Amino acid sequence: MADPITEAAEGAGQAAGMPQLDFSTFGNQIFWLVVTLVVIYLILIRVALPRIGGVLAERAGAITSDLTRAEELRRKATEAEAAYEQALADARAQAGRIAGETRAAIQAELAAEMDKAEAQIAARAAESETAIAAIRDEAVASVTAVARDTARAIVAAFGVTADDKAVDAAVDARVNEVDA
Amino acid sequence: MADATGGPSGLQIHPMDQFVVKPLFGGDTVSFYTITNVTLWMALAILAMSLLLVWGTRQRAVVPGRVQSMAELVYGFTYSMVEDVAGKDGVRFFPYIMTIFMFILFANVLGLIPMSFATTSHIAVTAVLALAVFLGVTVLGFVLNGAKFLNLFWVHSAPLVLRPILAVIELISYFVRPVSHSIRLAGNIMAGHAVLKVFAGFAGVLGLGSILPIAAISTIYALEVLVAVIQAYVFTILTCVYLSDALHPGH
Repeated sequence: MADPITEAAEGAGQAAGMPQLDFSTFGNQIFWLVVTLVVIYLILIRVALPRIGGVLAERAGAITSDLTRAEELRRKATEAEAAYEQALADARAQAGRIAGETRAAIQAELAAEMDKAEAQIAARAAESETAIAAIRDEAVASVTAVARDTARAIVAAFGVTADDKAVDAAVDARVNEVDA
Repeated sequence: MADATGGPSGLQIHPMDQFVVKPLFGGDTVSFYTITNVTLWMALAILAMSLLLVWGTRQRAVVPGRVQSMAELVYGFTYSMVEDVAGKDGVRFFPYIMTIFMFILFANVLGLIPMSFATTSHIAVTAVLALAVFLGVTVLGFVLNGAKFLNLFWVHSAPLVLRPILAVIELISYFVRPVSHSIRLAGNIMAGHAVLKVFAGFAGVLGLGSILPIAAISTIYALEVLVAVIQAYVFTILTCVYLSDALHPGH
């Protein structure tokens, strides 16, 4: 209260203590406050808020699209892995199939060769048997002839005239007996 | 709140002098258009706000720098506050709420600069802000809800006997809103600045002993920074609450 300058500036005695209650300055304060608020509002609505909102939206969009892209890539990788597994399985199956086929072919070939060899062996054996039989028959025939001649000679030596045919029949019977 | 705590040494402390509205370019009369310290510090608030929200975001970087991060933080903070308190349909009033928040925040913080002028310490300023909110919200409530807006005062969840009494209480509390809304802000800022000034006055005369008031000033200053931000927040969130009442008047 003792300060004359303050009192002069504030005018009304009531406002001496509190400049806040000096009503003569209210018009000034309110005017400039309204101007300030309007300016701030215009700056915000025209420039600041759309810009910051845009940046935030853009960032959210970028993050979302990145996530989507990552998801896509992951899906592709999974697909590629599955395709690789499939190809591997296919190759294995094919390899197995080829091996089986080859084995079967070899088996068949082998069997055919075996059959052929067996047939050859059988043919040879039959041939040999025929040859042996022929030799044996020949031998038997020779023995029969020798036996007949010998028998005839023995019969003649005993001075008995015998019918050749009878002698032969007797000899043949004996030979056949031996043969049997 | 006397301006002098006069002592034998002639101790003169004028804690309220800092709030005097003065013309900047001479003259004694303060007409409504006179360029005063009010004009200066409000303009500086606009400038500081533009520095943060316009200059800081000029690169529109997807990966933000420091200032842009702060601008985005303020934007996101205010936006989610409006959305949480006033609801999804309150979001269209976000620019108005943001205007109020930015003005009070920067006015409060700039007022803490030594030798500055705190525009929000004046009841004229905060009363205009609070009245604008009060009138805007009331008009909005009636325009959007018609007579149903009066449900705000008629508490349907209370017993019928109590409703008239509650209506009177609700009505009084509704009309007290702009008063408390404005005095809370102006009072907090004014009291803090006055206390700082008182301690500064002590520091000026105590000589070597002034270390004590200086320590006190440092502590109170930290508190005042907190108060500056919190009061801006409180004013804004109360605005959102009132807006929410206008949008959804049923209790």
